[in-house]
Amino acid sequence: MKESVIMIDGNEATASVAHRLSEVIAIYPITPSSGMGEFSDEWSAKGKKNLWGTTPLVIEMQSEGGAAGAVHGALQTGALTTTFTASQGLLLMIPNMYKIAGELTSTVFHVAARAIAAHALSIYGDHQDVMAVRQTGWALLSSGSVQEAHDFAAIAQAATLKARVPFIHFFDGFRTSHEVNKIFQLTDEELRSLVDDDLVRAHRARALSPEHPVLRGSAQNPDVYFQMREAVNPYYTAVPGITQEAMDKFAQVTGRHYNLFDYFGHPEAERVVVVMGSGGETVVETVKYLAAKGEKVGAVLVRLYRPFSLENFNKALPKSVKSIAVLDRTKEPGASGEPLYLDIVNALVEGNRPGIKTIGGRYGLSSKEFTPAMVKAVLDELGKLEPKTHFTVGINDDVAHTSLDFDPAFMIEPEGVVSCVFFGLGADGTVGANKNSIKIIGEETSNFAQGYFYYDSKKSGTVTMSHLRFGPQPIRAPYLIELNQANFVACHQFSFLERVNMLKYAKTGATFLLNSLYGPDEVWDNLPVEVQKDIIEKKLKFYVINGYEVAEKTGMGGRMNTIMQTAFFAISGILPREAAIAEIKHSIEKTYGKRGEAVIKKNFEAVDATIANLHEIKVPAGITSKTKRRQSVPNEAPEFVRNVLGEIIGANGDNIPVSAFPVDGTFPTGTTQWEKRNIALEIPVWDENICIQCGKCVMVCPHAVIRHKVYDEKLLAGAPETFKHMTSKFKEFSQGFAYTVQVAPEDCTSCTLCVEVCPVKDKTQVGRKAINMAPQPALRETEARNWDFFMEIPDLDRKLINPSTIKNSQLLRPLFEFSGACAGCGETPYVKLVSQLFGDRAIIANATGCSSIYGGNLPTTPWAVNADGRGPAWSNSLFEDNAEFGLGMRLTVDKQNEYARELLVSFEKELGKELVNEILNADQSNETGIGAQRDRVAQLKNNLAKSSDTRAKDLVSLVDSLVKKSVWIIGGDGWAYDIGYGGLDHVLASGRNVNILVLDTEVYSNTGGQASKSTPRAAVAKFAMGGKGLPKKDLGLIAMSYGYVYVARVAMGANDQQTLRALLEAESYDGPSLIIAYSPCIAHGYDLARSLDQAKLAVQSGHWPMYRYDPRLAEQGQNPLIIESKEPSIPISQYAYNETRYKMLTQLDEARAEELMHAAQHDAKSRWTLYQQMAAMHYGNGNGKKE
Amino acid sequence: MTDLSTTYLGLNLKNPLVASASPLSKKIDKARKLEEAGVSAIVMYSLFEEQIIHESLEMEHYLSRGKDSFPEALSYLPDGGLYAVSPEKYLNQVTGLKKALDIPVIGSLNGVSKGGWTNYARKIEDVGADALELNMYYLATNPDSTSADIENMQVELVAEIKSAITIPLAVKISPFVTSIPNFAKRLAEAGADGLVLFNRFYQPDFDLEELEVIHSLDLSTSADLRLPLRWISILHGKVNADLALTSGVHTSRDVLKSVMAGAQVTMIASELLWDGSTKRVNEILEHTNTWMEEHDYTSIKQMLGSMSQKSVKDPAAFERANYMKVLNSFRELP
Repeated sequence: MKESVIMIDGNEATASVAHRLSEVIAIYPITPSSGMGEFSDEWSAKGKKNLWGTTPLVIEMQSEGGAAGAVHGALQTGALTTTFTASQGLLLMIPNMYKIAGELTSTVFHVAARAIAAHALSIYGDHQDVMAVRQTGWALLSSGSVQEAHDFAAIAQAATLKARVPFIHFFDGFRTSHEVNKIFQLTDEELRSLVDDDLVRAHRARALSPEHPVLRGSAQNPDVYFQMREAVNPYYTAVPGITQEAMDKFAQVTGRHYNLFDYFGHPEAERVVVVMGSGGETVVETVKYLAAKGEKVGAVLVRLYRPFSLENFNKALPKSVKSIAVLDRTKEPGASGEPLYLDIVNALVEGNRPGIKTIGGRYGLSSKEFTPAMVKAVLDELGKLEPKTHFTVGINDDVAHTSLDFDPAFMIEPEGVVSCVFFGLGADGTVGANKNSIKIIGEETSNFAQGYFYYDSKKSGTVTMSHLRFGPQPIRAPYLIELNQANFVACHQFSFLERVNMLKYAKTGATFLLNSLYGPDEVWDNLPVEVQKDIIEKKLKFYVINGYEVAEKTGMGGRMNTIMQTAFFAISGILPREAAIAEIKHSIEKTYGKRGEAVIKKNFEAVDATIANLHEIKVPAGITSKTKRRQSVPNEAPEFVRNVLGEIIGANGDNIPVSAFPVDGTFPTGTTQWEKRNIALEIPVWDENICIQCGKCVMVCPHAVIRHKVYDEKLLAGAPETFKHMTSKFKEFSQGFAYTVQVAPEDCTSCTLCVEVCPVKDKTQVGRKAINMAPQPALRETEARNWDFFMEIPDLDRKLINPSTIKNSQLLRPLFEFSGACAGCGETPYVKLVSQLFGDRAIIANATGCSSIYGGNLPTTPWAVNADGRGPAWSNSLFEDNAEFGLGMRLTVDKQNEYARELLVSFEKELGKELVNEILNADQSNETGIGAQRDRVAQLKNNLAKSSDTRAKDLVSLVDSLVKKSVWIIGGDGWAYDIGYGGLDHVLASGRNVNILVLDTEVYSNTGGQASKSTPRAAVAKFAMGGKGLPKKDLGLIAMSYGYVYVARVAMGANDQQTLRALLEAESYDGPSLIIAYSPCIAHGYDLARSLDQAKLAVQSGHWPMYRYDPRLAEQGQNPLIIESKEPSIPISQYAYNETRYKMLTQLDEARAEELMHAAQHDAKSRWTLYQQMAAMHYGNGNGKKE
Repeated sequence: MTDLSTTYLGLNLKNPLVASASPLSKKIDKARKLEEAGVSAIVMYSLFEEQIIHESLEMEHYLSRGKDSFPEALSYLPDGGLYAVSPEKYLNQVTGLKKALDIPVIGSLNGVSKGGWTNYARKIEDVGADALELNMYYLATNPDSTSADIENMQVELVAEIKSAITIPLAVKISPFVTSIPNFAKRLAEAGADGLVLFNRFYQPDFDLEELEVIHSLDLSTSADLRLPLRWISILHGKVNADLALTSGVHTSRDVLKSVMAGAQVTMIASELLWDGSTKRVNEILEHTNTWMEEHDYTSIKQMLGSMSQKSVKDPAAFERANYMKVLNSFRELP
């Protein structure tokens, strides 16, 4: 039996069946379903066969809509075809889903069910997406655990082949898709016995073929459409029976028996909960617990939701039932109840079950915790005379008062379960180590085990939480380890102690393992008061290890994974120490075998060094510490930041009541300034003695933590003693002006790009620059004070700044600061520059992706405001529609401007001809003109403030549109090249004045590095594991073909001045502009501190030619294309092989790597030649003049 | 007919011109051209200790960076155990060269420390290399490391590698050793079947405008022959190992001088790297043959070591007395 028991997550469990049962798989990445596509792609890349001995063909499409179309085509031509998706992806498939169902086509789509973007996007799990397709004619089969996801993937395939009705097999995103649990794996033989080959052949026989041609997909008229829509009814009637038959067959083969509706609990239950998905496990375990105590409670788990079998439901429901609570993991505003609730109400009516009180409620949206205590609250509510219906559980709804109270102290954790919680930093490998540990426990011991992992939403300095449970019985607890329940708590980063309350998870007598910079004799006094108190009061066993030192000595760098894993096993005693170490080493060999002996060796050394450095601390009797845990946000933060965002930062978001939130998803900007993350071990230090005031460090900083200011030297009065300054060298601001470069010490991410870009070299020691890195802790307090003082110094008036030089442009205040982007992010410097140049009048449409996450993921936003309260107004609509979304913004601006001008003319008498004319004819081509227009608009508002004329009121409400607005459409290459390309093309073609900034990382960065059409030839990416065989799409060239689109291809690291010029020109062009920005990314696989050099190599090699195409030049009779990089002077390989994404192909298949690199070289050459020819073309009348 | 054949590391070679470790062996067709042009053996490009370790650590670093940190992107590059960091590529090349060539193929390892990576010596043997050349490129920068420490480390490394393989082992050494004869003797005693003189140290330069240290590869010239020529002459007959001369072999005269000094083989690379053409091999061998015929030499063996220190009339010509003589011969111009 052992060999069929494995520890895997729900995505892998599902994909392992789907891949074996498919011939064609069309995919598109979307969280949390991407894993299924990635596994399938990997297995096909390795040549893994399906059940019939051939490797499934996996293809990545440009969108989920595209995937559904490809699936439809593949199905129509007879292939066993599948796809994986979630959320918006499923919504994009709806049109095809109607077709596929209408044509009675056998297929299974596997869905990691996820929330839908409404007031906000959420990547987490609920049933909003699957509920949005319940009307499409697909069967909906719900699995509630990793094992079920594995099993139901097979049952769904068996059933669809027979029923001809397509199936959605869904399970809860993250909670099931990402939970690691111990499952019994289906063997090929078992699958073979479930899937009938005759039905497979029948599926093929129905396919389109010119050998036996038919037509499918006709257009019909009122006379027959209706009848044919009804013709499918018998097939739907048969689905429940066929599915149950497949479940019964499955039980014969595997011993695991499922029903369309499964009942659990007291045989004479009076109160019953109906639920589906992972929440069902919690409900079932809770009712079992209560039933064992004599309570007449039960649960009905819905497996097959569509077609809904009234008969089977009523059979499953005990006759004794008096009241039912139906739990929906979805929200349908305005409905008379959520969908499952309405189905049950109807089932009782049609099933003639009168007298049963039925209530419905919502729970668990966006993976909101759903615990036994909440189930208990629902059951208790059912016991009331007048139970609340349309309730919510799990939140505090103090607005509509829908929520049920629950007692968090109610827990049902069975005896023998060991619960462990680990806090780590994203970069330290904690989660990876824990995945490994739980695998060892689950696969190498008789224990059942479960692992679930939680991440915050930052891309740098992420705090991760690992929740591991194991014990002698299967773990059915799809919720986080609860407060005071952990037997083991580990803190892998000492600095977390000052901001995270982790010991609230520890139960009395639990073990606490701390990775400490301090030795066993010093550690106690360096713990915050609250930590000391918890250790003493909860009587914790306290262990420390200086993992940092062990990592340093063994070459592990910042990776704590192996060290802390070893310490965990050594202390916990799950396995005898020697056996545990042997297992860890075995797993290291398995994990890193392909990486070579050096990696294995350093990990082995880390294991060996850990035990010697692990110490149990004798806990002192009293509190000795003088330091307290830090507040999430300072007291001086605005009230909303303190009461809402601060609570979210402090991991207390679950307790915020409904009333505290905005009703429409609207948030104040400029809030990252209050979230001091202190993630940098080193920060830049300015050397004012050698600085040349070029501003390059300010320009390149991805997080806007390094800034410079020119200011009246008199303002230095009252400066902190350590505040550095020098005389200004700006020619416009010299006499009486001082200059300072200042770093925000608590917001820096240590990326070192500022040091890299600094052109100054100390003449006495060329390795030193005008910016050098130094340890943060010693500088934190003083530099924080200096930063505060620096920020109090007023910014220079924008009207005085000519932004056409780097140094001057960087005097403009960034209105995008301290984002959660990766350290060294290649996108954010462009975004920040846009915010500096145009932010105070910018409206931004942001495509879903990295930039929408670091730009708009709670708790805080980096989009900020200036001293006047102006700043970018930002919104994210969807992934696929961003260009259109931005165009809509432009249309409003244009329309309102037009209407305001019309109104303005009619108020000439009241306002005076001069003011009206000045406003109508204002030159707003520079900051001076824009400033003057703002003054005029203010005067107009003042003049009309007291007017009761409705048209005057209208004019006042619209008059801001007379100040020039800058519409920016921002997104990544996944959007611009793939999913949003159709819209982008249309918006470019519209001729409207929008500015499109494509942050081109050449890969889907946010979902983890899947290939896009921007991915260059020869690079490896997910879904292009064997290296992308075709060249990068030339988006700029396509845009240039319109002739009236401003196009620029820029690379800040290679030429910052060209980037600045392109942005200024693009914005000044009264038409569509497209800027394609070279954006180094963590997915390229090199040290981003070197990204400036790498950008230069990309340009020098011809991979990234830089140019500007300005249609205004053509109007002047000149060639609009100006190529701004030189002829390629180095081979592509010299640029490419600095990056792992290219280099790894040489390790997979050297011949293919060579062949593709050769082709990439040819691409660069032919692209260059083409551009050269275009740039040499003759425009105008031959004299450089307009014809 | 002149007999150009020689022996080196127990291998019978048709002439004393061997292709030195260089990128030329990275391409099978290039190696085949070298063989066709006449080289008698080929030393492969080196498998570097640092390369093995660096690639291994680098791949692990970048594939694991950012992993399990962000819920939407649990990794950023595909893995699946498909991308193997190992000397496979190198070993495959040995296999490929062995298949394509009739002449002996000598593998090359470059490293200085003992450790797991020396297993690769065995792997190179397993895939069919006829011999192994160990290139010990070590630059001592730590003032606390004594010359004895460093030499001991290198001698131990030779012994370790020798114990791991059964094919012959040549050791390529640096000229920066206080007593080359003693060091050579110790290496031979530790198991070196041959010594290759000398490793070329590419010296860094400064870019005065950018204030940066720059590296460039300067190819050798015939002038570089002098140093190994002297030491081959001195060592010939004094150490129990074959001698190979590398650095500065560009012409037939260089070959002839080397053999006369006592080198069983001469190794050529720079001359071929100038233009990537192999025709010079043919020319050098022809000219060597012609010269020997013109000067009535019947075989390479006949002239081997004929001008080594122990064979010449004035052994001091290779020693300090020679230095004095050269200095004294210099006269200021009027």
